[in-house]
Amino acid sequence: MSTRRTIAVAMSGGVDSSVAAALLVDSGEKVFGLMLRLWSAGPERPNRCCSPRDVSNARKVAGRLRIPFYVLDAKDEFKNRVVDSFISGYADGLTPNPCLRCNREIRWGLLLEHATKLGATHLATGHYALLRRTNGHYRLYRALDRRKDQSYVLSVLGQKQLTRTLLPLGELDKEKVREIARDLGFVTADRPESQDLCFLGGGDYRTFLAERMEATPGAILDKQGNSLATHSGLENFTIGQRKGIGISGPEPLYVIDKDVKRNALIVGPRAELGRTHFTVRELNWVSGSPPSGETPLTVQVRYRTPAVSAQLETFQDRTEVVVEKPLTHIAPGQAAVFYDKDECLGGGLISR
Amino acid sequence: MPAYLDYAATTPLDERVLERMLPYLEQDFGNPSSIHAWGQRADWAVEEARERVADGLGCRPEEVIFTSGGSESDNLALRGAAFAARENRGANHLLISPVEHDAVSQTAIDLAARHAFELEWLPVDNLGRVDPDDLRKTIRSDTALLSVIYGNNEIGTVNPIPELAAIARERGVTFHSDALQAPCQLPTLVGDLGVDLLSIGAHKFYGPKGVGVLFVRNGSQLLPIQTGGSQERGLRAGTHNVPLIVGLSVAHEIALARQETDASRFRMLRDLIIDEVLKRVPGARLTGHRVDRLPNNASFVIQGIDGNSLLAALDLAGFACSSGSACKTGDPEPSKVLLALGMETELALGSLRVTVGRQTTEAEVGEFLEALQEAVVGFRSPVADAS
Repeated sequence: MSTRRTIAVAMSGGVDSSVAAALLVDSGEKVFGLMLRLWSAGPERPNRCCSPRDVSNARKVAGRLRIPFYVLDAKDEFKNRVVDSFISGYADGLTPNPCLRCNREIRWGLLLEHATKLGATHLATGHYALLRRTNGHYRLYRALDRRKDQSYVLSVLGQKQLTRTLLPLGELDKEKVREIARDLGFVTADRPESQDLCFLGGGDYRTFLAERMEATPGAILDKQGNSLATHSGLENFTIGQRKGIGISGPEPLYVIDKDVKRNALIVGPRAELGRTHFTVRELNWVSGSPPSGETPLTVQVRYRTPAVSAQLETFQDRTEVVVEKPLTHIAPGQAAVFYDKDECLGGGLISR
Repeated sequence: MPAYLDYAATTPLDERVLERMLPYLEQDFGNPSSIHAWGQRADWAVEEARERVADGLGCRPEEVIFTSGGSESDNLALRGAAFAARENRGANHLLISPVEHDAVSQTAIDLAARHAFELEWLPVDNLGRVDPDDLRKTIRSDTALLSVIYGNNEIGTVNPIPELAAIARERGVTFHSDALQAPCQLPTLVGDLGVDLLSIGAHKFYGPKGVGVLFVRNGSQLLPIQTGGSQERGLRAGTHNVPLIVGLSVAHEIALARQETDASRFRMLRDLIIDEVLKRVPGARLTGHRVDRLPNNASFVIQGIDGNSLLAALDLAGFACSSGSACKTGDPEPSKVLLALGMETELALGSLRVTVGRQTTEAEVGEFLEALQEAVVGFRSPVADAS
């Protein structure tokens, strides 16, 4: 047994993970590729991360790099741990973010576990974020290319995972990554990017839910409790949403809240939208412990939205987050992720 | 030391075979169907190759049909015999064992689905054998074709081909056997086997890939499935691939010359693997028959282990094996063969096939056993440092 490290690269057939693998191979590391076969709604709607074409692309990339490549079946685990909780989250009136859950349970759970069993000491992915080690401690930062920054979805990781994680793309921008991919002749170099959830297979999430949930229409109320109209099911609405409410009036109406108990959609004018405080649960701190009171915090309440200054208030039974100006897109189920400037400190789920 | 232990998938080309092939890739490039000297030289080579193979199989040269490999031989046998039987005697019933290679089973399924043949799967016991009594009960006067694999590629079980053939002959039913795994290690004299059609493929016996033979007993009714020129008695159109055909014939000759020696060495290594795996790997169970099995095949199911992951771990440790459920796309399906033996799906997903060959050494087997033990222990133990 050599002491040399062995790196499993999570490959998806896409340009990012392909280049991540290439960079590691280029720096002389011992690398093998692993691809997860995730659940999809059916063969006609393959999972965006792992259609048969993606598997074949990833295999071609691994072949070009002359690294071993294996595909692991994670369909059941992905369905049970990610997709089902996405569906039940909507049924509970939440707006779940399945990517964070997938990272915690599948990529840095099942995949890392499998990689370890195959002899890997480290797991590398094509995420855009920076990982720095100081005094044996790992810190997570936003990617240098801020447009591509994915630290938000990595906020669920802790020291246990990060000591074994490599993020080779953190200092590169997307153009550079595409350039490297083209130089290496990767088939994936110019594949268009998609922000959709992988398991929707290009479909709309409302259609996806409609096929799997009993639609329960209910009342659309204003803040005073006046009934304005009927909604098609709370799962079809997100807090802050304006389009698609179906009520015309002198002033545009926004989704202010979802009252799951009464199955009511609360709407109101823009002035009523937004909150300055919310509760979070399942807090994870990247360092293993909460930041000190003096740390100037910012919070980001949705992927790819700006972070704003925030205060943490820790109570015996809950943690509350207070922001200065009302935030219009606080949706229970999404993650609130905390930063100290560019450093991602961790986060939790917005529960209320 | 890495070791290749997947000789049932394919074998390396024997050097002597390559030497004999080379002239036909270089100076003697003619088309055997041509009139001129170039063509004639190529034709001599093909006909000599045919005689060589016929000698080995114990048949007449005209009973040897060259194809592009095992799958084509199986397709020609099934489709050719099924359509001929329908045309000549209105027979419509296909009797196929459920433990066939896909080249046979999928062809039979296609004949049933798209050509309205009636497909019946023969019963097999939990070791993958067809019982002659079951054949007697299921064979019919309108059975167009019977197909039973000789040595099973997955689980190694050897079927009682001569007994089955005797029943088929009594009933006047054409009998095909897929004998792809046989030439290096089992007797293949077609007279002794009693078959009407027999498939072999060169790359399973240290010959080149892309060439096979279908033995077609004189008098068997067969229609072509690839039409065109009149090569191969009109049963298989297409310019002869001379170097590959020569390669097959030479490899076959060598395989038969070494058959007894190879088989007994394979058997020794196989038994070592079987005994040690059963001893060292808790939850491992042998699949197929303990004695009536291919000399080079050791196959198992291992309780609680995912076959695909085990293969990846062994590969990273330098050992090439196979699994009935192995797939390169991450869509593992339990082996159909194991399911046909009545095995539960979960257990069938944990299959491992180790097949030895001429280059396998005892030292390799020893190291493989260590690696296997380590991999299984690794998969079974909880991972401490991953979440």
